[in-house]
Amino acid sequence: MAERKTIESVLQKLLKPAVWTGGLLPLALIIVAGATGTLEADPVKDITYRTGKAVLVLLLCTLAVTPVRRLTGWNGVIAARRPLGLFAYFYACLHFLIYLGYQGFSPAEIVEDVVKHPYVTAGFTALVLLTPLAVTSTKGWIRRLGKRWAKLHRLIYVAAILGVIHFLWSVKKDVREPLIYAAVLAILLALRVPGWIEARKKKDARRTPVAVRSDARAA
Amino acid sequence: MLIRRPDDIPSSEITPERDYLDRRRFLGLAAGAATLAAVGAPASLAACTRADGAQGDEPNSWEDITSYNNFYEFGTGKSDPAENAPKTLKPRPWTVQIDGLCARPGRYAFDDLVRQNRVEHRTYRFRCVEAWSMVIPWDGIPLRDVIARARPQPSARFVEFTTLMDPEQMPGQRRQVLEWPYVEGLRMDEAMHPLALLATGIYGKPLPAQNGAPLRLVVPWKYGFKSIKSIVRIRFTAQQPRTAWNVAAPNEYGFFANVNPQVDHPRWSQARERRIGDGWFRRRDTLPFNGYADQVASLYRGMDLRRFF
Repeated sequence: MAERKTIESVLQKLLKPAVWTGGLLPLALIIVAGATGTLEADPVKDITYRTGKAVLVLLLCTLAVTPVRRLTGWNGVIAARRPLGLFAYFYACLHFLIYLGYQGFSPAEIVEDVVKHPYVTAGFTALVLLTPLAVTSTKGWIRRLGKRWAKLHRLIYVAAILGVIHFLWSVKKDVREPLIYAAVLAILLALRVPGWIEARKKKDARRTPVAVRSDARAA
Repeated sequence: MLIRRPDDIPSSEITPERDYLDRRRFLGLAAGAATLAAVGAPASLAACTRADGAQGDEPNSWEDITSYNNFYEFGTGKSDPAENAPKTLKPRPWTVQIDGLCARPGRYAFDDLVRQNRVEHRTYRFRCVEAWSMVIPWDGIPLRDVIARARPQPSARFVEFTTLMDPEQMPGQRRQVLEWPYVEGLRMDEAMHPLALLATGIYGKPLPAQNGAPLRLVVPWKYGFKSIKSIVRIRFTAQQPRTAWNVAAPNEYGFFANVNPQVDHPRWSQARERRIGDGWFRRRDTLPFNGYADQVASLYRGMDLRRFF
């Protein structure tokens, strides 16, 4: 038990630096590649791809926090969730900014692209859904929203699913990589199902006395 | 030296026609050519340069041309072919089979095929269906000369091209991303068009593996996927060939695949393109037939280009 505590406290100390290193790594790699001239011949496309992948990886990491906590009992890991989510949002914004440039910053063309092309619609919707989550990630908002905060933040499931669909639909033919993301996402969501069932049972249990009574009377 | 004159056909038989065609192409783009001619550019380059001259069509660097490729036989990433193809593709010895509906079928060693023809320099714009483009100084032999030598029968309405099928040399063929081997095709009149080229080199050097060594098609007025790489077979057919991308996604990639800013890909606009090497957010207007409308639009007169995209 004491040993477990030591391990946990070491992990806890490493958690923040690890999250920040991981979160800044994609940006660092892009900057290094840009500085050394090793971005692909179409650098805008390359950066779009890299930032998009960073969003998905970080979203999946964010979604991994709760299952890790449940499976290991390490409650402190929850501290990683907010920074991971915010890093994901940061790359989503970079991805979007690059995309705006890609479209020549022309509002008409951007609107047309978002409306006309389903994979763009999916990606754009994911970004829109993530925005209130980033805004309400502060302590103040958590307090102000109370129970509604958790409900609101379930939008991350929708955003992650849309993000993976966005990747899948953007690919010309080789869907292997998007399918890997889809599989990981499916696992992370599936791991939540027991928790949801449990919570549902508890909720029902709170209601059952009434039901039991009416059932008894009918019998 | 790769550049040779044909040695088995008297020059008297073949030169006048080519001179005639060169002249016609030159005149067809007189406006653009005038600018370039003034600075002493060769006619073959001028012939392939955009008429308006305003945007400039500087050839891309060797580095860009040979590092950014779609060649799924070596992986689906843009830098995969440059990384993988030189390791496994063996462009010599190389045999090209020419058969189907023709009077003189045959199997040719690559070197013999080249030796029979005159290698020309042709600087063409290259427009990928993914909305990026380059300008590439090819070396190659006119496709029409190779076809003429095979004497296709009147019933031959199409020309089918096939890429090498060998998962040892092309590891990407172990995964069924596309139907292998890669097949492309042209209508006979398209294939006989003087702009259609069988490329053997870039910048005077032999074609690198990732660009489709040793022999690839270049059809500059069509999207890049028509320009099939590492060709081992040229076949004359009566039926329209089943071409790789058309089979894979018929709603996205047509048989004709002429560059057309008016007909969007279902997932992105084709109105503009990013020229590799341009400033980051610069885009250029895509031109009908990739700027070669004056030369090729007549091939499609009366056709609904929205339907036959």
